[in-house]
Amino acid sequence: MRELTERALQVAAQRGAGYADVRVVRQLEEQINVKSGVVTGASSRESEGFGVRVLVDGAWGFAASHRLTAAEGERIAAQAVRIARASARSLRSPVRLDDRPPAHGRYETPVEQDPFVVPLERKIAGLLQADEAMRQTPGLAFTECVYHADREWKTFGDTAGSFVEQTITHVGSGIEANAVAGDDMQRRSYPEAGGAFGAAGYEFVERLDLAANGPRIAEEALALVKAPQTPAGRRTVILDPSQLYMQVHESCGHPTELDRVFGTEASFAGTSFLTPERLNAGFRYGSDLIDIEADATLPGGLGTFGWDDEGVAAQRVPLVRAGIFVGYQSSRETAPVIGRQSSGGMRADGWNHIPLVRMTNVNLLPRPGMSLEQIVEDTDDGLYLATNRSWSIDDRRLNFQFATEVAYEVKKGRLGRLLKNPTYTGITYEFWRSCDAVADERSYAIYGTPNCGKGEPDQVGHVGHGVSGARFRDVQVGVGKW
Amino acid sequence: MSGTLSPIDIAESLLAAAAREGATQAEALVIGQDSALTRFADGTIHQNVAETDLVANLRFVVGKRIGVASSNRLDEDGRRALAERAGRIARLQQEQPDFVSLPQPGPIPSVVGAFDPATAAASPEARADAVLAVVRQAGAAGVGASGSFATSAERMAVANSLDIRAEQEMTRAHLIVVSTAPNGETGYAEALAVRLADLDPVAVGREAAQRARDCCDPAPLAAGEYEVVLEPYAVADLVDTLASLGFSALAVQEDRSFYQPGKRLGSDLVSIWDDGSDPAGTPMAFDFEGVGKQRVDLIVEGIARDIVYDSATAARDGRRSTGHGLPAPNPWGPFALNAFMAPGATVREELIRGLDRGLLVTRFHYTNPVQPKLGIVTGMTRDGTFLVERGEIVGPVRNLRFTQSYLEALRQVKAVGNERRLLPAPGGSVVVPALRIGAFDFTGAAEH
Repeated sequence: MRELTERALQVAAQRGAGYADVRVVRQLEEQINVKSGVVTGASSRESEGFGVRVLVDGAWGFAASHRLTAAEGERIAAQAVRIARASARSLRSPVRLDDRPPAHGRYETPVEQDPFVVPLERKIAGLLQADEAMRQTPGLAFTECVYHADREWKTFGDTAGSFVEQTITHVGSGIEANAVAGDDMQRRSYPEAGGAFGAAGYEFVERLDLAANGPRIAEEALALVKAPQTPAGRRTVILDPSQLYMQVHESCGHPTELDRVFGTEASFAGTSFLTPERLNAGFRYGSDLIDIEADATLPGGLGTFGWDDEGVAAQRVPLVRAGIFVGYQSSRETAPVIGRQSSGGMRADGWNHIPLVRMTNVNLLPRPGMSLEQIVEDTDDGLYLATNRSWSIDDRRLNFQFATEVAYEVKKGRLGRLLKNPTYTGITYEFWRSCDAVADERSYAIYGTPNCGKGEPDQVGHVGHGVSGARFRDVQVGVGKW
Repeated sequence: MSGTLSPIDIAESLLAAAAREGATQAEALVIGQDSALTRFADGTIHQNVAETDLVANLRFVVGKRIGVASSNRLDEDGRRALAERAGRIARLQQEQPDFVSLPQPGPIPSVVGAFDPATAAASPEARADAVLAVVRQAGAAGVGASGSFATSAERMAVANSLDIRAEQEMTRAHLIVVSTAPNGETGYAEALAVRLADLDPVAVGREAAQRARDCCDPAPLAAGEYEVVLEPYAVADLVDTLASLGFSALAVQEDRSFYQPGKRLGSDLVSIWDDGSDPAGTPMAFDFEGVGKQRVDLIVEGIARDIVYDSATAARDGRRSTGHGLPAPNPWGPFALNAFMAPGATVREELIRGLDRGLLVTRFHYTNPVQPKLGIVTGMTRDGTFLVERGEIVGPVRNLRFTQSYLEALRQVKAVGNERRLLPAPGGSVVVPALRIGAFDFTGAAEH
């Protein structure tokens, strides 16, 4: 790859690029789907190629190809420069990158059992066993199980002399039971909707113990179709980590991405209410209990790596401290605009796409004090909401609405009646300001979101979230007519 | 297009490799793509990208065992390795008891208007020219402009061991513009075309700019039930969401669909169908299994008529595939990728004049099903929401959240616009008019 990257960088520089970088990427994925006892899909995908990103007279150009030859490297570099010159026709102020030393080194996700070495039969057998465990409970409409593994070998080089190599491995798996009664359809998932994902090997999947949880979620799915509707009203809600991670993702992760703040996602994903004048101005994002950070060094997170796709080393960056908004996730281009250095958040989902500011692992830090169980015991009247089912938030990341798979009534410190179709809605900063309890480290876990959409062309990012569970007061629940 | 071998040559080569590996049946899907996108914000191009790729997807069958592998490493070694990998997966697989066969060859409709050489050859300078035209419109209106302009060319081939041989080429040009007024309020416009020449950046830029100007100082409005006129941008989400939730044979077979033949799903004014041959859409002659696309009537004058099939779901129901299969393996089932909604007789101004007190909604944002069998969806309005009283637009209002059954909305359709727009949908496109709907449930309000 050295020859390809060097030739591409050389041609880019010769043709006028003031800066250029090259990423050569090979991706391997494996996916297994089981539905109602049948393996409906077993597939393997590989993709390889490279992308050249250039700055010419302060304007960006990017081109990518699947042909990994030095000659193609030269052709694509020239194409990227031509594209950058076209970009320059609309330029108002040249792009300026932050200063940093060239990056060198290697990073590899720690893996105990290589998921691409574990025999396929073993992986299929594990899913079929979990599926069978669900279907022992009669009455389900259908069951689903999924296993996924992907590995990315990535080489990055730039005209400043950086050269880093990384191997990132992610795995995930999950099961779900679906019950139908007339127009009603209810789903229960384990460990979470769409499966649990982490940066690890097959040991991560084995530790999920899917089969042991099959009967429980099957019974819960059937119980849900008979359960009463969650009544509308303003309630105290306790969010299980399996929902809280999604709340963090949508209402803190995305609005702290600095490219959104500057409007470069305005035509697609939207912008952000966390505008620069609110930074270091004491803007109260949440209650004093809220500490949120972006941590690309967190072991096991889907947003964990050695360097981002601009060669910036993985970092731990505070976003909210004691409820006050204090930081952004940023890039070498966006950070200098607010007088900071890149937070190392630039990632692309493959060789063919340009890196964007992406969440790494955005974590709501646990608070010493009460365990999640103790928070329930401390709640006189409320709802305990678990497992994300639906999500939506406005284009400035303020008005949100989530649905979860289940709600349990909380009465005098104990979990009670099962309720179906729970929904809750609110305004981001009002909601986080209403938080009066964050669980301690005993329930703290890292959740993976392998389907985060952003950018044009659409990119699917892998991001992580550490959460432990939390309680919120006076929340609107039970939205809409059912 | 990439490589020295054409997609159909690569597909043939993969079938031969699969046969050597012992496949009893095999299917090769090969897609070559050259695409480019120019993205701009506040009048400046901040992202400008191009990519070339060529991917093969091989479905390898041994009896009732099926393995699927894909790769973009398609030299001779790469093709051999792909066949070996797919075969290895197939042999380690469990049998799929209801697998009958890969599709047999059948008629493929003759499709015109799917490909335009000039669009395939669109240069970065041409895209920059279009962006500058949009920016000039915004500047003249005193607003900013953000958006993207994409062009792409795709060449697709499907071959299987039962003698399906299908090739098609498709192009697209797609422009999105969000204009921003000085107070931060936004207006939207979008256009999709097969031919770059059919896309008018000046008109799209002007529409977005005017909408942004009309959105200045939006008033707060209480959540509640309102009559609405949905512009085609919003109707596109409604039609596409219902097509994916309910009109897939797999969703029906799994009892997660609202579809029942003969059931009333909309008012008499509502007819929706899927047609890959209609040049008013983004034509597509065959699906990802190489089966010719049939026109399928989904809703006729409000009554549920039929659903779309791929080969697996068709076999289960004793029918032939309607040509709506996705690439294997496909856990999602068949999809209607070329949906059309029948136009009505009402001009846009009359749609609005029919509102006593209601809302004109430009588009929806971040919609997500809450309860699929009831078609309940939540989402936000965005980029232009207006209060209408006694048939006149009073002014802009802040965005609202809705939690609404899209099925109930179809039942409440009171009038249908006489003009339709071609708009993108995931994996395909829709052609839809504006709608006046008698009641729409807004459940929350935004700050902007």
